[in-house]
Amino acid sequence: MSSDRTLEVSVWRGDVAGRFAAYRVPRHANQTVLDVVIHIQRELDPTLSYRFACRVGVCGSCAMTVNGIARWTCRTHVNKVAADGRLELAPLAHLPVIRDLVTDLRPFFDKWARAGGRFQGKTTRHDPLAVVRPDAPERRVVDAAIECIGCAVCYASCDLVAWRPDYLGPAALNRAWTLVNDARDGARAERLAAVAGDAGCHACHTQMGCSKRCPKHLSPTVSIAGLKRLTARAAWSGAL
Amino acid sequence: MTEARRQTLLWLAQRASAAVLAVCVTAHLATIFYVAREHLGAAEILDRTRGSWMLAMFYAVFVVAAAVHAPLGVRAICEEWLGWRGRPLDRATLVAAALLLAPGLGAVWAVFA
Repeated sequence: MSSDRTLEVSVWRGDVAGRFAAYRVPRHANQTVLDVVIHIQRELDPTLSYRFACRVGVCGSCAMTVNGIARWTCRTHVNKVAADGRLELAPLAHLPVIRDLVTDLRPFFDKWARAGGRFQGKTTRHDPLAVVRPDAPERRVVDAAIECIGCAVCYASCDLVAWRPDYLGPAALNRAWTLVNDARDGARAERLAAVAGDAGCHACHTQMGCSKRCPKHLSPTVSIAGLKRLTARAAWSGAL
Repeated sequence: MTEARRQTLLWLAQRASAAVLAVCVTAHLATIFYVAREHLGAAEILDRTRGSWMLAMFYAVFVVAAAVHAPLGVRAICEEWLGWRGRPLDRATLVAAALLLAPGLGAVWAVFA
């Protein structure tokens, strides 16, 4: 039974074949969901596995499923998600569960690599520094998408990832979008070829789950729409 | 043709055919409302369609757009829900397009000739 002073917390324990375990956690003002997890691990059950680092919304490592919704737990206040004093914490969806609240992020970042997510400069250290005007249209587009922290909340919130396991996903496509608009990058054609097709940007149904859930308020949907436009132009002109 | 280009052109074909269908469906619905309001029977409708190149061309475009759009949509559903990929899916898409195109154009011809 939850009260004003106590939270009833169900936490996923084990791997895919695990189950929820119940804990009672003291409630505090300004308490975050990560605070709750830390309390359980330090005070109630030291065997609980979870992942975090910065605790201030920068590193993107503490994302979990909170009451059925993927969230960054370090910046999610309990009061906003558990008004009735109940929390259900599970690992992120669409990723292999290693143990408890820890998922294997390799499929997520492997897709960044598949989408050409690595910057490839076209100059050497002997060339002059590139001048990128802050008000250049391409730079403004990059600004709108560059603050991704790689938390995988968008990936866990995308139904298409569940339907098509080979789908690159919102974060990888968003990353590719920032690079194809980077004036210094020299792999635009290869990157467009990597993100085109039915496992890439054209698979997106524009359901906008990624944009709704992104804790940084980015819109991968807009980035994916941009990739659709660029790849369509490239395919039409024969450049793809 | 690269796979990336083929996939992108298929996506483009579905979006372009959707745009054509938006116009065609609107005009078709307006035609249905006109026929209903004027209480036109089959003979009176055929009087208007026989020999009308304009109506024949309009409905031929409608049929072609539907025959492009619908199979590509069903193809995406098959990929996502059934995990169906590759050549068999390509062939099934073409068969679905032919099954829409042939009777559709046949119907256009039937009311024109």
